[in-house]
Amino acid sequence: MSENDGQRFDRLPATPAERIVEGRVSREEVVDYFEDRFGIPPETFADYTFWEKGAGKIWIYAGEAPTPLEIEAIGMTCLRTRQEHWKPTTDFVQRFGGRATDCVIELDSEEARAFATGEDQEIERWDGDWGYLIGAHEIAGDLEPIGIGLYVHGELRSMVPKGRQREL
Amino acid sequence: MEPLERYRPIIDDFDAFLEACERPLGNAARVNTIKASVERTLEALEEEGLAYEQADWNPRVLRLETGSPGSTWTSFHGFTHGQEEVSAVPPVVLDPRPGERVWDSCAAPGGKATQIAALMGDEGTVVANDNNLGRISALRFNAERLGATSLAVTNADARNYSLNRFDFDEFDRALVDAPCTCEGTIRKNPDALDNWSEGAIASVSGVQKGILRRAIQATREGGTVVYSTCTFAPEENEAVVQHVLEEEDCRVVDFDLDLEHSPGLTEWDGDEYDASLERAARIYPHQNDTGGFFVAKLEVTA
Repeated sequence: MSENDGQRFDRLPATPAERIVEGRVSREEVVDYFEDRFGIPPETFADYTFWEKGAGKIWIYAGEAPTPLEIEAIGMTCLRTRQEHWKPTTDFVQRFGGRATDCVIELDSEEARAFATGEDQEIERWDGDWGYLIGAHEIAGDLEPIGIGLYVHGELRSMVPKGRQREL
Repeated sequence: MEPLERYRPIIDDFDAFLEACERPLGNAARVNTIKASVERTLEALEEEGLAYEQADWNPRVLRLETGSPGSTWTSFHGFTHGQEEVSAVPPVVLDPRPGERVWDSCAAPGGKATQIAALMGDEGTVVANDNNLGRISALRFNAERLGATSLAVTNADARNYSLNRFDFDEFDRALVDAPCTCEGTIRKNPDALDNWSEGAIASVSGVQKGILRRAIQATREGGTVVYSTCTFAPEENEAVVQHVLEEEDCRVVDFDLDLEHSPGLTEWDGDEYDASLERAARIYPHQNDTGGFFVAKLEVTA
């Protein structure tokens, strides 16, 4: 096993059996996670590759690139691994979370605004799993993901990053 | 406005031009079709009670009546991206197709690069480069907010850009939205002309020539290169294109633009340019009540 080099993009191995970098997740595990936790169909990602740059920072990319690759960015960051609970990013959830069927909490307009400003709020009605949820609200006739929240002890903590928070 | 006097001989209705340059510009936004369709975006704007007007030449370009276009749900979701109306012109002229390899040589803060990705249905490879590391963070922020997954971001001097970092060795298309003296942004930025000098024009035109030459070299035969600036100076526009016509294998081609504009110049200040430069477009603020822009479309030849 070799070590992760945090300065470059490395394509994820297809399966855990093909892993050569210590602690690196596989494409299969990432796609399974999105399906198991959020019900996002695996075929959603058929035309995408997944990469690690930085310890546990996973990126999703639709373009062409060799591995390894030393540039500033490819596609978008989508997931944090190498920690006890994996955590999707707000930008990923906004882009792909519309396909989720599980762990999506629908917020009314006041809750949605509070969530987008980064506020934590007591929400007692959730009876699903605790952990990371997709906060969503209805806009122009459809449910639209706002970002990622952490639900524990009856509280939804907004994980919308500072730079993405807005007073709406 | 003093520096603009030099354009009196080349601009029709120069007084209307000067008047337009003194009027502030309204807010414009582009619909980001990676995140939502035009129809859904318009519906979302209506729900929020935001008034808009769709541009005649491009249904994806909106003029918004709001003081804070960033504090809206449509912006938060990345359905819209604040972008000057004329800034949306070069990617449309570039006309990229899904699956292609496209280079945006001076991409930060990413309005045009993400527009290119959207025009490609976010399928293919858009290499968004900028030489300024500070501006790259803005580019990355916008790309992720707008959900563009086909972008690769690099930080290099475009004049000697190396494709060694990728598996392919040429692009299908390239956009050179060059650093310039920004005279055309005077309505948005009243300080735009504060540091204006003929020396600044001469110095930046050298950089522009270097980047455009590299873009032609890095694009396949038959591929398309679009050159644009937000300035009126012929030294930064026609003269730069003239230079690459002389030094590289390429020709100026026609394009349709449903926005009022004037043809490119074939002479300026005693210099003559190739007759094909008439095919370029000069967009003046008084023609469509926008900012100013120059756009030329080139085809790479053998």
